[in-house]
Amino acid sequence: MIEMQDAAYGYGATPILSDMTLRLAPGSFHFLTGPSGAGKTTLLKLCYAELLATAGTITLFGQDANGLDRDAIARTRQRIGVVHQDCEFLDHLPVSENIALPLVVAGRDSADQDSNLKELIAWVGLSGRAHARPPELSGGERQRAALARAIIMDPDVILADEPTGNVDWDMSLRLLNLLCELNRMGKTIVIATHDLALIRAAKAQVQARVLRIADGRLTAAGTNL
Amino acid sequence: MTLLLDLIALLKGDTQADRIVPRTGQTARLTAAVSGAMAFLAVFALALSLAAGRLADRWAEALAQSATIRLSAPEAEIEAQTQAILTILAQTPGIATARALSDDEQRALLEPWFGPDLPLADLPVPRLIEIKETAEGFDALGLRQRLAAETPGAVLDDHTRWRRPLIDAADRLRLLGWVSLILILGSTAAMITLAAQAALALNQQVLRVLRLVGARDSYIARAFVRRFTHRALTGAGVGAALGTLAIALLPRAADEGAFLSGLGFQGASWLWPLTIPPLAAATAFWATRIAALRRLRGLR
Ligand SMILES: Nc1ncnc2c1ncn2[C@@H]1O[C@H](COP(=O)(O)OP(=O)(O)O)[C@@H](O)[C@H]1O
Ligand SMILES: [Mg+2]
Repeated sequence: MIEMQDAAYGYGATPILSDMTLRLAPGSFHFLTGPSGAGKTTLLKLCYAELLATAGTITLFGQDANGLDRDAIARTRQRIGVVHQDCEFLDHLPVSENIALPLVVAGRDSADQDSNLKELIAWVGLSGRAHARPPELSGGERQRAALARAIIMDPDVILADEPTGNVDWDMSLRLLNLLCELNRMGKTIVIATHDLALIRAAKAQVQARVLRIADGRLTAAGTNL
Repeated sequence: MTLLLDLIALLKGDTQADRIVPRTGQTARLTAAVSGAMAFLAVFALALSLAAGRLADRWAEALAQSATIRLSAPEAEIEAQTQAILTILAQTPGIATARALSDDEQRALLEPWFGPDLPLADLPVPRLIEIKETAEGFDALGLRQRLAAETPGAVLDDHTRWRRPLIDAADRLRLLGWVSLILILGSTAAMITLAAQAALALNQQVLRVLRLVGARDSYIARAFVRRFTHRALTGAGVGAALGTLAIALLPRAADEGAFLSGLGFQGASWLWPLTIPPLAAATAFWATRIAALRRLRGLR
């Protein structure tokens, strides 16, 4: 569903990533690791066409990402759930409407989605916060709201960029458990993180591949973390 | 196609989609106020144009593009001088036809005053020559000088010609009115564009979030377009209504002639101000749409 063949990217003249070759098979679980500034966020942005490869090819659901027009990019994003590193929301809308936003902009909003939405909000443990505004949420609540928004469209792929970035360990495990549960439901998961403890914790639950970015290259990390 | 959807969405209204853009009180008030003020001015420009046009038409009609030459001469010379005048007129640019009235026609003209048995041949009644001028008109001063030199007994009577410069002025005024309308429309477009750009810049994060969750450009643009179009329509509606009211309440001076009392609408032309609010709305629609799509192109 998402494939990279010798893809490269650089902001301006400086190359950040090169020779990226990667295939995300349906139902797979990947960790993307590497030191801060290695290019994890950049790689994920290439996966939802916020950035376009400067060399090589990236294929999203069978289509060359560089050939997508703006409407096609929008449609592609409706099929990929993204938990952004700096999970931004529409601060003037309550949490529940933020979570439902992908449905609304895709024109799929209707009353029969309402129970789904409630269920999802309960699943991520935000039932009591549904009417709060995003700026009133704690770090962990923001991350869970972002996760809920990422999966409301029932996408096949979920990309999570440092989903445990600014939350405590208990909350990190809770988020990880949610992602593992999604994987068991058949979703393809990619988690970018520099937190090796999180990867170790995941190994007990799911069959995960660990990819490492270092010096702009992608390597398969050993199992010995 | 997306344009059609835009228009439908505009008419239908979409409260859910409207909520995705936060209310920005300041640009909202600015747009409505500018549209209102511009609509108010537009009503006056329109009234001026229509009134000037009416005036020009009325004066042009009265002018009727005719003049008369009266020839008084001794009986023996009258035929020769008539011929001389007709020759001069034939050579004068701007004269379409010239014709000496026959005795019978002159008698018919005088009959109401002197009765049917007027012995025309025995009386020193001047000979009348009727002139029809072309649309461009003739040079009255030049003609008068030539007549004085060659046929001293001839007098050119062109009592209505003094109105010609007034007609030109009224025509010019009508043109200025239309130019003002176009300028008002252009200024409205410029100001709404600025207001829309300010709102879009203020909502940069909203645009980015919407793009990231899969919103198409046309969807996002629509939310802004709807907002601004409604504001412009409302503002211009109020402005046009007030402008029309102000014109309706203009004190009436004399019925005829006075220019100021002619400034206003007559009959069906009272409907003209109705076109202003939709025009303002259309302007806002396009200005906002173009601004939004341009802004979005800067985002992936
Ligand atoms: N918009 C940008 N413009 C220029 N350089 C950038 C930009 N975003 C990221 N970078 C640089 O690209 C590198 C990789 O960044 P990023 O992908 O965010 O790393 P990571 O997510 O692994 O911490 C960093 O050196 C960062 O400074
Ligand atoms: Mg990052």
